[in-house]
Amino acid sequence: MQYLVSVIDDTAGLATPDEQAAIDVFNDRLQAEGHWVFAGGLAAPSTATVIDNRGEEALLTDGPFLESKEYLAGFWIIEAADLDVVLKLAAEGSKACNRKIEVRPFL
Amino acid sequence: MNRVNARDAITRAHHEEWARVVAALARRFGDLDIAEEAAAEAFATAVQRWPADGVPPSPGAWLTTTANRKAIDRIRRENKRDDKQREAQLLYADDPPEPLDAIDDERLRLIFTCCHPALAMETRVALTLRMVAGLTMPEIARAFLVQETAMGQRITRAKAKIKAARIPYRVPSAEDLPARVSGVLAVLYLVFNEGYLATGPDTDPVRHDLTAEAIRLTRLIRALLPDDGEVAGLLALMLLTEARRAARVSGSGELVTLGEQDRGAWDAALIAEGHRLVRERLAAGVAPGRYQILAAISAVHTSARDVRDTDWSQVVALYDQLVRLDPSPIIALNRAVAIAELDGPQVALAAVDHLEHKLAGYHAYHATRADLLRRLGRSQKSRAAYDKAIELAGNTAETAYLTRRRDELG
Repeated sequence: MQYLVSVIDDTAGLATPDEQAAIDVFNDRLQAEGHWVFAGGLAAPSTATVIDNRGEEALLTDGPFLESKEYLAGFWIIEAADLDVVLKLAAEGSKACNRKIEVRPFL
Repeated sequence: MNRVNARDAITRAHHEEWARVVAALARRFGDLDIAEEAAAEAFATAVQRWPADGVPPSPGAWLTTTANRKAIDRIRRENKRDDKQREAQLLYADDPPEPLDAIDDERLRLIFTCCHPALAMETRVALTLRMVAGLTMPEIARAFLVQETAMGQRITRAKAKIKAARIPYRVPSAEDLPARVSGVLAVLYLVFNEGYLATGPDTDPVRHDLTAEAIRLTRLIRALLPDDGEVAGLLALMLLTEARRAARVSGSGELVTLGEQDRGAWDAALIAEGHRLVRERLAAGVAPGRYQILAAISAVHTSARDVRDTDWSQVVALYDQLVRLDPSPIIALNRAVAIAELDGPQVALAAVDHLEHKLAGYHAYHATRADLLRRLGRSQKSRAAYDKAIELAGNTAETAYLTRRRDELG
C-alpha cells in the first residue's frame, strides 16, 4: 500500500540546514526500514505552469493551478502496511521538516 | 412459533448479535461496507423467515451464516471487477463461527476501527452507533439532530476512507493503546449520554439500549486495560448514573431531578459496583482524570440516603478539581448547581450568569437559571428562562418537567 505524504508550507523559506539534516536522517530511516518509494522537494509555486490541452490547443498559464497561502512544498511516497504505520512515520516526518503534513492513499 | 415470539427473538438477537455479526464479517472480508450491508440483509431475512419457520436454535450462528452468504453473493455479483484478494477470502467463508472468547476481541477491533483518530469525532460516534451498537441510520440521525441523508453520507464517506486509506482492523499496539483508548472513551461517553438523555420528539426519554451498550463496551475496554484509571472511572461513572435510571423518569413521563428522585428505586448492585471502582481508584493514589472525578462526584451523590445528607462541600471540592483539568463552561455550570446547595442560589446565579456568552444556546444553562431564579422568588425572569429552556430542550421527559415547573410559577 502506498501513500502520498505531502509537505504543506505556508512560509516562503526553504528548509533550514537543521531541518535538512533532520530530513536526511528521516529519509535514511525510511530506506533502511523499507518504507521509501520516492521523495522530493519542490520549487516555489510561482515557478509552476498549468497546461490545459482539452480544447483545440494547449493553453499555458503562468503560476500554480490554485493560489493559496498554503502550498505543496514537497512530498514522500511511502510504502506502509496500513494507515497507522504511515501516520506514525508522517508524525516523525512533520517533526523532521518542521511543517504540516497531509497523508493520502494511492488508489 | 407465534409471531410475537419471533419478533422478540429478532429484537433480542439484534441487540446481542449485531456487533458480533458485523465484526466477524468485517474481519473475514476486510470491508466494513460489505459487513454492514450483509448483516442488515441477514436480519431482514430473519424478519421474513423466523415467524414462519421458527426461531433457529442458535440465532447468532444462523445470522452469521446467513450474513456470510449474503456477503459472498454480493462479492460474486461485483466480482466482474477481478478482485483476487476477496476471491481468496471466499475460500474461508464456510469456516466454523469464531469461538466464544474470540468474539469480544472481534468487537474490540471493530470499536478501535470505528473510533480511529483519523476520523472526525462526530463520524466516530456515528460509525460506532451503526457498526457496533447496530442503530439504524434514522435513529442515529435523530439522536444527533441531523438529516438522515447527511448522516448517511457521513457514514458512507467514513467507510470509504477506512477502506481506501486502509485504517487497520485491529486493537492498537501497547505503546499506542493509552492515546487510542482515550478517544474510544470519549465516543462511549457520548453514546451513553445520548442514551441517558435521548434527543427527539418520538424517542423514549431514556434509551436503555444505548446506555447498556455503552456500559457493555466500556467493560470490554476495561477487560483489555484493567489498570487504566480513566477506563475504570468512566465505567464507574456510567454505572452510578445508570443505577438511577428507574427513578429518573416519573410515571407520567417527566424527568425527575436528582434531589427529587426516590432513592429506594436506585439499583443497589450497580451503585455498589460503581463505589467499588471509585474506591479502587482512590486507593491507586494516582492523580485522577476527568472521568474518575466525575465518578467520584456521582459516588458522593449516591452515598447519600436522602438528598439532605449530600456532602455538598465534597461535591464542590471535586468540581474545583475538575475545573482545573477541564475549564469548560459546562463543568462550570454543573459546579454552580452544587454551589447553590452550599452557598445559596444567589451566589450560584452570579456564577451561572457569567457563562451566558458561552452557553446561551444550551438548554441546561437556561434550565439551571430558571430553577435558581424560581428559588429566589423572581418568577417573571424564571418564567422567561423556562421558556428558553423548553424551546431548546430535545428530551421529551425534560420538556415535560420544565413545562410543569414553569406552569407552577406564581
